[in-house]
Amino acid sequence: MSREIRLHEVANARSGDKGNRLNIALVCRDPKDYGALAAQVTAERVAQIFAARHPTRVLRYDLPKLAAFNILLDNVLEGGVNASLGLDGHGKSLSFLLLDMPITIG
Amino acid sequence: MAARVFIGAGAGFAGDRSDAAGPVVDALAAADGPRFLIYETLAERTLALCQIERRKDPARGYSPALERMLTPVLARCLANGIKVVGNFGAANPPAAARRIGELARSLGLRAPRIAVVEGDDLSGLLSAAEFAAREIDGTMLAQARDIISANLYLGAEPIAQALDQGADIVVTGRVADSALALGPLLHAFRWRADDWDRLAAGTLAGHLLECAAQITGGYFADPGYKDVPNLAEVGYPIAEVDADSGMTITKPAGTGGVVNRLTVTEQLLYEIHDPSAYLAPDVVLDLGAVEVAEIGKDRVRVTGARGKPAPDTLKATVCVDGGVLGEAEISYAGPNATARAQLAADIIIERLRQRAPALTVRVDAIGATSILGSSGRPLDLRAAANDIRLRFAAQSADAAQVAMLLDEVEALYCAGPAGGAGVRRHLTPRLASASCLIERRYATPRVTMIEGTA
Repeated sequence: MSREIRLHEVANARSGDKGNRLNIALVCRDPKDYGALAAQVTAERVAQIFAARHPTRVLRYDLPKLAAFNILLDNVLEGGVNASLGLDGHGKSLSFLLLDMPITIG
Repeated sequence: MAARVFIGAGAGFAGDRSDAAGPVVDALAAADGPRFLIYETLAERTLALCQIERRKDPARGYSPALERMLTPVLARCLANGIKVVGNFGAANPPAAARRIGELARSLGLRAPRIAVVEGDDLSGLLSAAEFAAREIDGTMLAQARDIISANLYLGAEPIAQALDQGADIVVTGRVADSALALGPLLHAFRWRADDWDRLAAGTLAGHLLECAAQITGGYFADPGYKDVPNLAEVGYPIAEVDADSGMTITKPAGTGGVVNRLTVTEQLLYEIHDPSAYLAPDVVLDLGAVEVAEIGKDRVRVTGARGKPAPDTLKATVCVDGGVLGEAEISYAGPNATARAQLAADIIIERLRQRAPALTVRVDAIGATSILGSSGRPLDLRAAANDIRLRFAAQSADAAQVAMLLDEVEALYCAGPAGGAGVRRHLTPRLASASCLIERRYATPRVTMIEGTA
C-alpha cells in the first residue's frame, strides 16, 4: 500500500556551493527507494520547490551505484557567499528545503 | 614500494578544531606504511585576506591557523615520521615555513626539513581585463578595477617532488584541495602522470578527506533520522589507500562519530557538479562507477574511480574589492510583536527608498523567516511569532550609503514602533571573487627546500 511521506523520511541531503551554483547530494537511506525517488524527485519538481530563488537551470545527475542523485541549481545563491545579503550565503540550509518535498512510497 | 599508504586529515578549514588531529596522529603512528597528515585551511576568501596582510607586512600573509593547528602535533609527527602537508602558506609560503621552523625550535624539537611549494600566484601576470576575458560563468571582473589576489590551483606534482626530496613538512599556497592527498600518493606509489584511473583514485581520496569531519559524522547528524554517537568528540578521517587504487575510509579508535555508506556518499558528492567530470589539475575524475561498501565498524571501502586526461586549463580564483556589507538587527517581543516588526521593516524600507534609492536592502525576520526570503523583496510577515529579531543588510562600494542603513535601524530605538530592543550593527569589508580558466603556461610550480636551523 502506498503512502505519502516527506522525502526526509527516506533520504539524506547535503548542500554544497561553488559561486552562485548550489548542488544538493540526495542519498537514499535504503537503496530500494532509488526507483521511487528517481520517478518523483524530478528537476521540474525541484525547480518548483526553489521557485522563490528563481533558478535559471536545474539538472539532476543519477548515480544508481550509490543510490544517490546530484542536483544542481544555477543562480540561486544571490551571487554566492561573497555577494549574498542573506545569512546563509553558502545555501547550506537549503538541503533541508528539498527534504520537505512530499513523495509517495509503495 | 609501499603497498598501502595512510593519510589522515588534520583540519578541513581554517576555523576547524585544533585538537582533532591528535587522535589521528596517534592512529597514524601505529600504522605500518608511509603516513601523512594533511591540512586544508584555505577558503576562497582567506587567500585574498592573506594577500592584503602580506602587502602590509612581508613577514606575514600565511594562514593564521598554522600555529594553532601544528603546535599540538608537530612533536609526534616528527618523532614518528609522519609527513605533514598543508596549504597554510596562503599568500606567503616561505614565511609560513620560517614560522614552522621557529615553532619547532620553541618546542625544543629537531629542525624539520620544510619544503615550500610556490607558483600559484598570478599577481602581475595578467591584467584585470585579461582575467575578465577568462572568467567562468560571469561578468563580475568586467567591472573590477584592482585585483586583490589571483591564484591558480596547482596540482599534486610539486608536492610529490617536495616529499621525494625528503621534506618532513610541505607548505603550499593555493593547490587543489585534493592534491594535498594525491601528492603523497604520487610520491609513495610512483604513479605515472598519465595513469588516469590511479590519479583519479588519489584525487577522490583527497576529495573525501578535504572537509575532515564531514565524512565521519560531522555535517550529518539529524537526531532520530541520522544519529551519530558522541559527535562532540568526532574523530577525523584516515584514508588507507592501496597501490591498486582501492581505499578504505576510517577514523581513530575511541573517537566519536561514524563512518558508513551514508556519511561517505554524502561527502563523495559534496560540491560536485557533473559527477562524470570533476575537474582537478592532474586528472578529470569520473565518479559514475564508484562503489561504497561497509566492510567493518567505521570502515568503508571505496573503489571504482575512473580518470580522464587532465584539462588543458587550470582554475584560478580572482578576488576584488566588494565594497562593504552592513548588517543591523533589532528585536520585538511579546503581544503583537509581528505587527510591530512589520511596521519597523516598512519604516526602514520607506526611509531608505527616499534617501538611498540605489541601495538594495534585505530584511530577514529571525524567528519567522531568516533564510528563505529574498533580497530586495518587501518583508511580508504573516506567521505569528512573539519573539522576532529583524535583520537588515545592504552592500555597496559607497560605505556612506551602507552606514545610513545602520543609522536608520539604530534610530528605531526612539523613533520606531514600541518595544524595539537590542540593536547590534556591523560594517564588514567585502571581497568579491570569480573563477577563471587560465592557460597552463602561466603556472610556475617550484619547490624550495628550507633546511631546519635549530
